[in-house]
Amino acid sequence: MVDLILFFIPAALIIIGALIVVFAKNPVHNAMGLVMTLVSIAIIYITLNATFVAMVQMLVYAGAVMTLFLFVIMMIGVDKKEQSSESIKGQTFLVSGVFLILISILGYVAISSEFKWDLWFEAVEFAVEGTPQLIAGTLFTAWIFPFEIISILLIVATAAAIALAYDSKRRKNDV
Amino acid sequence: MSIELIISLVKANIVLAVLLTNTILLIWFERKVVAGMQSRVGPDRAGPFGILQTLADAIKLLLKEQILPSKADRAMYLLAPLIALVPSFLIFMIIPLGPDITVEWQNSLYTIPLVGADLNVGVLYFLALSSIAVYSVVLAGWSSGSKYPLLGGVRASAQMISYEAAMGLALVPVILYSGSLSLVDIVNSQSGNLSTSIPILNTIVSFIPKWNIFPQFVAFGIFFIAAVAEVNRAPFDLVEAEQELVGGFHTEYSGFRFAMFFLAEYINMFNMCAITATFFLGGWLGPTFEGILPPIFSVIMPIIWLGVKTFLLLFVFVWIRATLPRLRYDQLMELGWKRMIPISLVWLILSAIVLGLREFGLPWS
Repeated sequence: MVDLILFFIPAALIIIGALIVVFAKNPVHNAMGLVMTLVSIAIIYITLNATFVAMVQMLVYAGAVMTLFLFVIMMIGVDKKEQSSESIKGQTFLVSGVFLILISILGYVAISSEFKWDLWFEAVEFAVEGTPQLIAGTLFTAWIFPFEIISILLIVATAAAIALAYDSKRRKNDV
Repeated sequence: MSIELIISLVKANIVLAVLLTNTILLIWFERKVVAGMQSRVGPDRAGPFGILQTLADAIKLLLKEQILPSKADRAMYLLAPLIALVPSFLIFMIIPLGPDITVEWQNSLYTIPLVGADLNVGVLYFLALSSIAVYSVVLAGWSSGSKYPLLGGVRASAQMISYEAAMGLALVPVILYSGSLSLVDIVNSQSGNLSTSIPILNTIVSFIPKWNIFPQFVAFGIFFIAAVAEVNRAPFDLVEAEQELVGGFHTEYSGFRFAMFFLAEYINMFNMCAITATFFLGGWLGPTFEGILPPIFSVIMPIIWLGVKTFLLLFVFVWIRATLPRLRYDQLMELGWKRMIPISLVWLILSAIVLGLREFGLPWS
């Protein structure tokens, strides 16, 4: 009973948040809907005993990324009413196609598992006591090469962002 | 109802009571200390030494009319004070107030940990919740539909994001030293005294408690500065700079909603000091005088020690506020990005090298 309640409250919040993202007219409301979805997903992670992933979700997505989103929305002043015209041609058509694919995948999974679900993972000893150690142990031994490649990729992306944003001509004129 | 559920409910209520009472004391404490530093008297009418002044102010705020600006975004305007208050209460739940106590009740023993929740990712929980708290300021500023709160909100988001990075980086060496992300384990790792392998030095340092502040003094400095900036206190109170921005993000708020922002600010201040004490000053560790004082004191003394350390740090907060002038906005950003983050990165690498040498020896030996 408790596991059902602990699943359905965050699950309902995820869906409500996602609907706000899609249907709200004001960009700030959309962003806050997304925050609600991300925080509710973190709650689901906690019920699955993945506390480390839950906290990283809160810290990185709900905390840092969405604050930057809000910051940009406020800074460049797009917090006006959304224009209703399509910005990409055939937007509606594409989205409905993706939606249909998603629904059919979900339907296939539900039918193939005969409508059973496992909402509650029993507390495993190592998962509760040492999630950070467990993740670090695997990440820094077996997966060290992909990890290093991702870090190089991030540094390249940061350098590229700075190079694009840094206006060298204007900087010379100022000096 | 199970006994664990009752214990959890009692704990939650104790946290509420402690934080609310503490805020009343803290505001009075700040006003008195600042008054003393500026050769004034401070509040002295309500109650002994004016200690009930905050209570009177709170009642006044509760009875006032709550104004909703006509240009305000209603939903976000009402949501913002709630987002401010909830994380500040939740952060206090992970601060360990003392060692586990054992209680005998109906012929069975119960071990009650004196902490709301001992999470194995406590440090990340603290950082995650303090980043959620940024939303309250941003939303309050934006939803008021007025230019001064908006400027305050934009400043706040930039400032809090910048200093959160330095704060997180300053905590990493502490985690390396303690070997855990759990606040209970971090406190336990600081028990005992310092020791070195050099004999002459060892006689000197063996009197010093093994608190993280001594090996990690640079991390302590960075964390403390970032903590002051994170709770938007002077000299980093650009968010609500009165001379430029009227009241900053809470200009348009009145009555109880303003009181919620005020409450959240002081609870955050208290939390920050308690967490600094836990990370760097040994938390609840301290002599309990077992055998000299009655046995009940072995339960109470750790809480008193944590309180003493927290209020010493709070005194420093107030002292800084009464002494230093406000930074300019570009100076603030420069301090955060060009000074504190590089220093904390260098310090992190240095601590990692020292720990590695201690653990594995020199690479060529």
